[in-house]
Amino acid sequence: MSFFVEALISLLLVAGGIFVFIGSLGLAHLRDFYMRLHGPTKATTLGIGCMLVASMGYFWSIDGKPDVQELLITLFLFITAPVSAHLLAKTGLHMQLKHVDKTQGKPVELRSEEVGEKPVPHPDKGHG
Amino acid sequence: MIAPRAWLPTPVLSLLLLLVWLLLVRSFAFGQIVLSGALAILIPLLTHRFWDARPRIGKPLKLLRFAFRVLGDIVIANFEVAYLIANPWRKVKPHFIEYPLMLEERFTITLLASTISLTPGTVSANLRMDGKSLLIHALDVDDEDALIAQIRERYERPLKEIYEC
Repeated sequence: MSFFVEALISLLLVAGGIFVFIGSLGLAHLRDFYMRLHGPTKATTLGIGCMLVASMGYFWSIDGKPDVQELLITLFLFITAPVSAHLLAKTGLHMQLKHVDKTQGKPVELRSEEVGEKPVPHPDKGHG
Repeated sequence: MIAPRAWLPTPVLSLLLLLVWLLLVRSFAFGQIVLSGALAILIPLLTHRFWDARPRIGKPLKLLRFAFRVLGDIVIANFEVAYLIANPWRKVKPHFIEYPLMLEERFTITLLASTISLTPGTVSANLRMDGKSLLIHALDVDDEDALIAQIRERYERPLKEIYEC
């Protein structure tokens, strides 16, 4: 393994570690539920991506043939991360979790006086 | 003979399933190809009732360009969010934004919502019941209208061109 490849792989690993750490720090450290969602959806996604690319490069240079399984992991991660974040945010709104006071804009879901007790039926547009 | 549409309702999905299976088992042996082929036909048949009407891709090249743009934005988004989190003197201005949707198909709205969640400082929080607007939570925003205009120009208009025209 040449020095250049080794340096590139270690750089990717370190960058990935830093990003995942910062994402987790955000998860632990930001003030309210909705802000905490931002850390794991973004920083962690890129961090894991860096590590997977590093892993791919390492085994490519060791075995001499490329391996695409890491790319599949990245693909699945990019598909599932926004969906889970959306569901978490939606649940947070439904539970009317508190947000920090300086948050601007007040969505209907968080104004308790305007949300009725009964669920509103979904007006389906016909397909589905 | 049964018409191809009857046993292969979603050719693209079937092809994707076949490819992903072969890549996951890391083998192109004949047995694996037969097995994945059978699965690629069976799974869409069993699940096609759950699927919405699939819009066809009008401009594949534009889709590719859109994908690369989103990938680049994901990298930038990560640096921004990482900086916001790691900077101890940060003054973040969180913001709930009502984003009026121009898209109409559910599939494209899903794509847009996922894109928004992965890119700079925004998470899509709720799709309104009538499918007319999307609630977005942004981590750090000065100008609400600028963000809406940016999302519209950068993501929504290309998606509309690709799928709905």
